Amino acid sequence: MSDLTALSNSYQNWYRFSRNPTAVIGLIIVVVSILAAILAPHITPYPDHAGAFVDFRNRHQPPSWDHWFGTDNVGRDILTRVIFGLRVSLLLAFVVLIIAVPFGTIMGLLAGYFGGWTEIVIMRLTDIALALPPLIMALAVAAVLEPSLMNAMLAIASLWWTWHTRLVYSMVRQIRALEYVEAAETLGASKFHILFREILPNCVSAIAVKTSLDAGFVILVGASLSFLGLGIQPPTPDLGTMVADGAQGLPDYWWESMLPGVSILFVALGFNLLGDGLRDLFDVEDVR
Amino acid sequence: MTALLSVQGLSVSFSTYGRTAEVLKGVSLDVPQGAQVALVGESGSGKSVTMKAIMGLLPQPPARIHAGKIMFDGRDLLTLPERERVALRGTAMSMVFQDPMSSLNPVWTIEDQLTTILKYADRRLGRDRDRRGRRARVIEVLSQVRMRDPERVAQSFPIMLSGGMRQRVLIAMALLSEPRLLIADEPGTALDVTTQAQILKLLRDLVEAQGLALLMITHNLGVVRETSNYVYVMNKGEIVEEGPTAGLFAEPRQQYTRDLIAAVPRLTGRVAL
Repeated sequence: MSDLTALSNSYQNWYRFSRNPTAVIGLIIVVVSILAAILAPHITPYPDHAGAFVDFRNRHQPPSWDHWFGTDNVGRDILTRVIFGLRVSLLLAFVVLIIAVPFGTIMGLLAGYFGGWTEIVIMRLTDIALALPPLIMALAVAAVLEPSLMNAMLAIASLWWTWHTRLVYSMVRQIRALEYVEAAETLGASKFHILFREILPNCVSAIAVKTSLDAGFVILVGASLSFLGLGIQPPTPDLGTMVADGAQGLPDYWWESMLPGVSILFVALGFNLLGDGLRDLFDVEDVR
Repeated sequence: MTALLSVQGLSVSFSTYGRTAEVLKGVSLDVPQGAQVALVGESGSGKSVTMKAIMGLLPQPPARIHAGKIMFDGRDLLTLPERERVALRGTAMSMVFQDPMSSLNPVWTIEDQLTTILKYADRRLGRDRDRRGRRARVIEVLSQVRMRDPERVAQSFPIMLSGGMRQRVLIAMALLSEPRLLIADEPGTALDVTTQAQILKLLRDLVEAQGLALLMITHNLGVVRETSNYVYVMNKGEIVEEGPTAGLFAEPRQQYTRDLIAAVPRLTGRVAL
């Protein structure tokens, strides 16, 4: 018998992942989007078009070799602005999730493990938060404060954690009844040890899948916000804003709204495919 | 010989939804140093509650211990402060868990789990052992439970081991910090009978070799015969009969014990094939 331990776990996982074409496509889309966003000033054909640049002689140019995605109503290259726009979308998803996922996870752990009043308070809070659509919440925040990227991110994050709380809560309820948790309690392990070393590692795969799926949704919500003019303010390029501005030129200048729109779809699709691939890989059922 | 563990007149009741159920009605039993004692009874007879009371794992409320003492090594566990109680668990008295599937955390290797337990036990006993010392002890215990390749088992995740191997890991876990009393709650019930027989033989050999006291909790009289030299028969929260294993099987005095023995399936007669 060959030594199974020699075939490392991570290699086996990668092999299984790579056999799943949609997952690989998702991963490629996500990696390419992230790289493009980071390297935007170096790879875009007209980096200065990202700002308040105006060239009226070249306005409303259809897609061509010089301008793959055409130009907008003040003559700026749309491809360049789409790639810069990715920065905003990905930053939004990143910031929202880096606040919402750890916070939601910890709340879920506490509610699921301690039960009693902790559970009642946290879970009823999630019920309330889940009854509020993130878009409405962001509209309210933008109305009270001012429309800006930061406020949009905070508004979305302040509701988004509840999804993770629910997921983690339901997993903790199952895991805490298992004997290895009971054994750790018997041996007088600290609550910290039980929560973060015994229970949390068993939730990580589900959290990863959910986070990946969420990234797509957060990008969509963020784009909807800026479509409504509540996201980042011009002239910083943003996909949702571009769709909104381009829509005024429909149907003649279709590329001005269609191509940024397709880009949003593309990135969101990438994260969803990746999430589905991870779900198949980890074999988690109860996400979403 | 004085008893290492002595339960005296233990009475426990559970109260839920305004009603109270008497679960243990004055249970007394002794486990002398180095003895192998079995506590046998059907489901619901109170044997697991007795075990949990001894380990201090009864959730109170809903449980309430209203009478009795649990003497361990000359001290009454029921009046001991929580800190000292915890310090005894997993050190002087430890437990072999029942279910080899759910008693190991799937995300850590065997070595990770055993060294963590050892670290906690050492900390409570005020013993100082470095990482290498802990690792050596883990490997030593794994070879005591007759793992052919303890190094490789230590590096394995639970999913890579068979049911019998996992059950042996659970025994190793209980032996880690050199306990004096081992409480086994139906070990191997989840395994097939041949593997279970091996596990019981191993357990008995280990207990004899190391001079440990064993309290075996089971509903299976075959297990009792295999692993103990003294038996307590429990029914409806009371000890109905006790005696040396051989004598009890030869001449059961109580009708309940006779019924239990009669209920053991036998392979007799011809089977039409």
